[in-house]
Amino acid sequence: MLPPARAGGGYARRYGLFSVPAAVVVLAVIVLPWAFTLAMSLADWSPTGGTSWVGLANYRHLFTDPEFGWAVLRTFYFTAIGVIAPLVLGLIAALCFNQRFPLRGAARTVFILPMMATPVAIALVWSMMFHPQLGVLNYLLTSIGLPPAAWTYSETTVIPTLAMIETWQWTPLVMLILLGGLAALPGDPYEAARIDGANAWNCFRHITLPLLWPHIVVAAVLRTIDALKSFDIIYVITQGGPGTASETMNIYLYQQAFAYYHLGFASAVTLVFFVVIVAVTLVMLGLRQRSLAL
Amino acid sequence: MMHRRSLLAGSAATLAAPAIVSRANAASSFDWQRYKGTHIEVNLTKNPRSDVLQHHQKEFEALTGISVGSEQIPEQQQRPKAAIEMASGSPSFDVIMVSLHVSKRLFGNAHWLQDVRDYIKNPEMTAPDWDFADFGAGAVKTATQADGRMDSVPLNPDLWIIFWNKALFKAKGLPFPASMDELVASAYKLTDKSKGTYGYVGRGLKNANIPCWTSWMLGQDAYTTNPEGTKLLTDTPEAIWGAEMYQKLMRDTAPPGSIGFNWYESQTSFSQGKVGMWLDGVGFSAPLIDPKSSKVVHDVGFAVVPKGPKAQHSASFVDSMAITAASKKKGAAWYYVQWATSKKIMGDILSTGSGTPARLSVYSDPALVKTNKFGPEWLDTVKKSQAVSAPGLPEIVPVTEFRDVFGVALTNTITGADPAKELRKATAAFQPVLDKSNKKT
Repeated sequence: MLPPARAGGGYARRYGLFSVPAAVVVLAVIVLPWAFTLAMSLADWSPTGGTSWVGLANYRHLFTDPEFGWAVLRTFYFTAIGVIAPLVLGLIAALCFNQRFPLRGAARTVFILPMMATPVAIALVWSMMFHPQLGVLNYLLTSIGLPPAAWTYSETTVIPTLAMIETWQWTPLVMLILLGGLAALPGDPYEAARIDGANAWNCFRHITLPLLWPHIVVAAVLRTIDALKSFDIIYVITQGGPGTASETMNIYLYQQAFAYYHLGFASAVTLVFFVVIVAVTLVMLGLRQRSLAL
Repeated sequence: MMHRRSLLAGSAATLAAPAIVSRANAASSFDWQRYKGTHIEVNLTKNPRSDVLQHHQKEFEALTGISVGSEQIPEQQQRPKAAIEMASGSPSFDVIMVSLHVSKRLFGNAHWLQDVRDYIKNPEMTAPDWDFADFGAGAVKTATQADGRMDSVPLNPDLWIIFWNKALFKAKGLPFPASMDELVASAYKLTDKSKGTYGYVGRGLKNANIPCWTSWMLGQDAYTTNPEGTKLLTDTPEAIWGAEMYQKLMRDTAPPGSIGFNWYESQTSFSQGKVGMWLDGVGFSAPLIDPKSSKVVHDVGFAVVPKGPKAQHSASFVDSMAITAASKKKGAAWYYVQWATSKKIMGDILSTGSGTPARLSVYSDPALVKTNKFGPEWLDTVKKSQAVSAPGLPEIVPVTEFRDVFGVALTNTITGADPAKELRKATAAFQPVLDKSNKKT
């Protein structure tokens, strides 16, 4: 068989048919649903019938609805904590697990257990632990002389508390990514640095961190996309409350689509949300490319 | 002394009983086996009533020869799933359990459910002992659409009552309050934050908290909309009075964190013996008398919501059984519905503490009264609450949105916002949504 470059257009003609199944699948499961969502976003679609085209009215409503604005801000607040905290803790954990010590394998296994838990199940367990009077967390706080916390039962602490669960669950993933990165790092720079008198901090600051940076960015991108999409834990524990204090874009979207049946409007939210995720991801991947180029 | 002939006769009667029951009686043209061999799918919300139905499902299959596939789905997932499937025109189920307090108008306006009046009237389709007249008038009214269609049969009105801790009241020398004003006063007297004791607990979480406000509004004989469901009455002096009462109880006499409480957190707080009163659905009674989960087994009292300045009502939320209009097996589906709402099943729901059925006769059945595990005070409370029951939510299509908008307003009052301002703001925000919804339908 001729290599593609030499075969030219004949190759495409001969083997083009082989791509048809893949193209059909992509069309059916990606392109058509998106096209349908786009069409719905331009309509006032009601489950009881009576669909009418409204043009860009759903988008205008979206950008003038203060609740949507607040939902976006809450989403970024939650995402910021839910990305930075796992990155910092995951990096520390990866550096620890990269050292040799007894029972390291067993400790690693225990460390990644939260990642394997079912989100809805762990959400229910956490919600019991957060109970202001009967939860084990306040029992522990008061038993060491600290005042009880309101956890998810206060408008001011609900988002950090939910992000704490996100951190607990997904720090192991970051650790695994960074541990893989650490294992791939060359030993020569460290040897040279030590000969030059560098201490552990200098080695970390000037060798480990720059060399690990591409891996950190990959972990950050994955974590950002995941945190932006987070729904199950928030919905099970607070359903967006107290009030609307934890109503992120996903909860807002769910409410509009499946509680209020504003399916046209919810489609517009979906598309805007998609654009936000793609934009954030592109920015982060751009950062990664720049770091590789340096 | 038993003779051989009478023994044989008795044995023959026992063996023939199912056949006799299946033919109902000689005078009736009704036949339980009419749809033998048919298969139907039943969509249930997850609750103890559905457990009873599934527990007895084999009996229905043996009685009718109809095979049944049934599933229970948590109500917050079941409602949108049902709506979307029925909107598609070909739902995957023939029978559905409907939360009328949420879905009545949406399902009714869309004509997704079958009107059952013709079935009820038809002696060939309805067992002679089914007795429609036995259903409580309030529940029947709730199951009837504005245009007179009865597109579901009421199964269970969940009545809101006051659970109260008799030991805490006794310690303070207080009787159970005779009025809503006395209830607030008692809540303040029972509250001793230094000892971790609180007078009252209820739902603070948005959406879930609405009945904790409308229950007090009903004491003013006030409802959240006009009877046509076109105009909000949520910023009237009566509505504001109810919100002020909600605020006082939740802000000053409820445990910390109750702004985020749903029924579960309220129940666990009350069951630990540190809370004087809890307003919620009678369906949550069972865990309170279970020693494994409750410290108030011997102290819990059940009481009708006390009278307000103008009236005494118990907010009620009715579940019902319905046939989907798109079903191609409506006859078999109707058989399931009438079986699910029969005296036997409803009696079982009552005797197992799984709910408070819509049939009145079960409450005066001596056998059921005797076996009821909650005791005479509970039964008396249920009967009295049924007599004064009233809808706890407006009968409008966007009822979930109503619950969210006004739920947030109520939540804001717990953090100190002015109830009148919050209700006016929520009313102004929601009236256009209601107008738009009414225009569409």
